[in-house]
This record gives sequence, C-alpha cells and structure tokens, in this order.
Amino acid sequence: MFVLVEMVDTVRIPPWSFHRQLNEAIAEELNKKLANKVVYNVGLCVCLYDVTKLEDSFIFPGDGASHTKVHFRYVVFHPFLDEILVGKIKGCSAEGVHVSLGLFDDIIIPPESLQQPAKFDEAEQLWVWEYETDEGAHDLFMDRGEDIRFRVVDEVFIDTSPTGPSTEKEAPSAATAPPAGAEDSAPQKEAPYTLIVRILDIAIMSI
Amino acid sequence: SEVRDANAAMLSNYEVYQLLTDLKEKRKEMVKNKHSTGQQNLNTIMYETLKYLSKTPCAHQNPDTVKKFLTSMLPHKLTKAEKLQLLNHRPQTAVEIQLMVEESEERLTEEQIDELIQKVTDVLPGDPQKEADASADPEMETDQ
Repeated sequence: MFVLVEMVDTVRIPPWSFHRQLNEAIAEELNKKLANKVVYNVGLCVCLYDVTKLEDSFIFPGDGASHTKVHFRYVVFHPFLDEILVGKIKGCSAEGVHVSLGLFDDIIIPPESLQQPAKFDEAEQLWVWEYETDEGAHDLFMDRGEDIRFRVVDEVFIDTSPTGPSTEKEAPSAATAPPAGAEDSAPQKEAPYTLIVRILDIAIMSI
Repeated sequence: SEVRDANAAMLSNYEVYQLLTDLKEKRKEMVKNKHSTGQQNLNTIMYETLKYLSKTPCAHQNPDTVKKFLTSMLPHKLTKAEKLQLLNHRPQTAVEIQLMVEESEERLTEEQIDELIQKVTDVLPGDPQKEADASADPEMETDQ
C-alpha cells in the first residue's frame, strides 16, 4: 500500500537555522511540508525516504534565508488498484460503509459493493447483509469496530486547494469572505483522496 | 513541489515499518525538535502508521526472511504486486491465495496453491502470540 515518489522542491532555510546540518534542516522542512498531507494524484505522504540530490543553495536579495533545490524520495500511502487491505468499520451512512485504517480514513464501500442482498437499517444506522442458510435468514450487521477485508476498486482525487473569494452580490465584505465552496448551504468538506472499495469478508462473523 | 515520478517503486509494509521504527528512534534523541509546531503532522502519521503495521505480519519480518521469501517465490512466476501482497498478508488459506493471484485458476494448480501456502507459512514468521494461543488450545485451528 506504500510507494516511493520522486519529487523536486525548493526548500527555504531561515538564517536562524544556518547552524544546523543542511541535511537535517532540509529533512525537517520537507516533512513539515508534506507529512500527513495528500498530494493531488499522488497519495497520502508519510515521511521522507531519502535525499538524492542537493543543488547549490542561493540567498536572494531581500530575503536572508537560503533556498536549496532538493531532489528527494518520499514514502506515500497509495494502494494499487485491486490491492487487498484490512481495516476497521468506522460507521455507516446512506452512501455505504465507511472504513478506516487509522492512518487513512476516507475509504468507502458503496452499497452495491457489499455482500448482497444488503439493506440500510435506519434504526441502527448500520448496513445489514441478509444472508440465507438452510435454517433461515440471518442478518449480519456491519458493526462499528469490526475488522473488514476489502479490495480497492477505484480512487478519487479532488483538488482542495483554495479558490478565490466568491463574487456573488450577496457575498459579505472582503474581511469575512467565505471560501468559494461555502455558499448558502453547509460547506461541503470533500476529502482530497478517497478509496472506493469492495467488501471481501468480515474477519469476525457474528451469527 | 514537483512530482517527477509518482510511482518510482513499490514498498513492502516491512520496509515502511523498518523506516518508521528507525526514524522514531532517531527522533527520540531530538526531544526539543519533535514537539515543535511543524512536527505534529509527522508525529501523527508516524504513530498511526506504526500502530496499523504493528498488527500485520510485517512486524515479525526481518531482511533475511524477506530475502528468503522472494527467493522461494522465483519458480512461481508471480508479478511484483502479487508477491508484495503475499509478503504483506502471509495468507494461510487457498481462498486468500486465489484473491491475491490474478487468474489463479489458470495459473496455479491445487498442488501449487498448497505449495505457496506452505512456503509462506514456513518462511514468513507468524504472530508469536497468536501461535502460542493456538497451540495452547487444541480445539482451535492451527497454522498447519
């Protein structure tokens, strides 16, 4: 579920860090910028793997800090298509069953990818697999906290970088301009990276 | 920043687990730094990733077992992704092998599947706690 990603970036080291080893200061800056963040179309960044090339450091007029172009490799969480993973059920909604790995939360099993026939139990707010055996029908609830094995079917990356202030007539003054996504309704908080998966089985069968 | 290669290499859970464990040790010595405001994200993702991986087979692997495993897989002509899944999951049943190997009905006979399970079980260490529990309770299924 992890890949190595080659990246290039210019790292800014402020003067008060000049006493530090360049490699350490750079590693810290890169981790500060990328760790636990999603890079669009790449995945969830975990930590720096290594630095492959350090170009010369420059100091520009007006800014006392040094700027260094760094070639490096970063460990990124990015499961491949069809990969099998195990997670825990976080909860259920009309959209399906939400699964978490701890380090990554935005995993969804859409209703059609559950074991069929499945129905949403409104009272419990849980998805249920109604399976028939010779003895009759049994309900298997997708309980919160259950281990669940699944296969990656699709991934969705959304660019959540800030867009400009909205230009509607009703928009409040610039000082309190809302982000473009938030209009009259509650702001839609879209995850930058979502995995769409298909259920394989539940580790613990509760009959 | 610019991405040069979004898929330069696949990493096994073991490699990431090792990397983070080493990084955690190194950062213990830099007590002041790791609490500074910029480092919270790194702390969080390291903690969560180590917590998740520690409950998987990679937590019991070492460079020798990984090397031995890859060598034992040579005759089976599996893809990199398939070997990676076997390494990460240590499957114990035919069903799991069939899930991880594409078109397994065409590529593997029943004997070959059993052979794979045997190699995976023998070469990759299991969870010592689970195996102790299993042998203590004769009624539970053991990893045979």
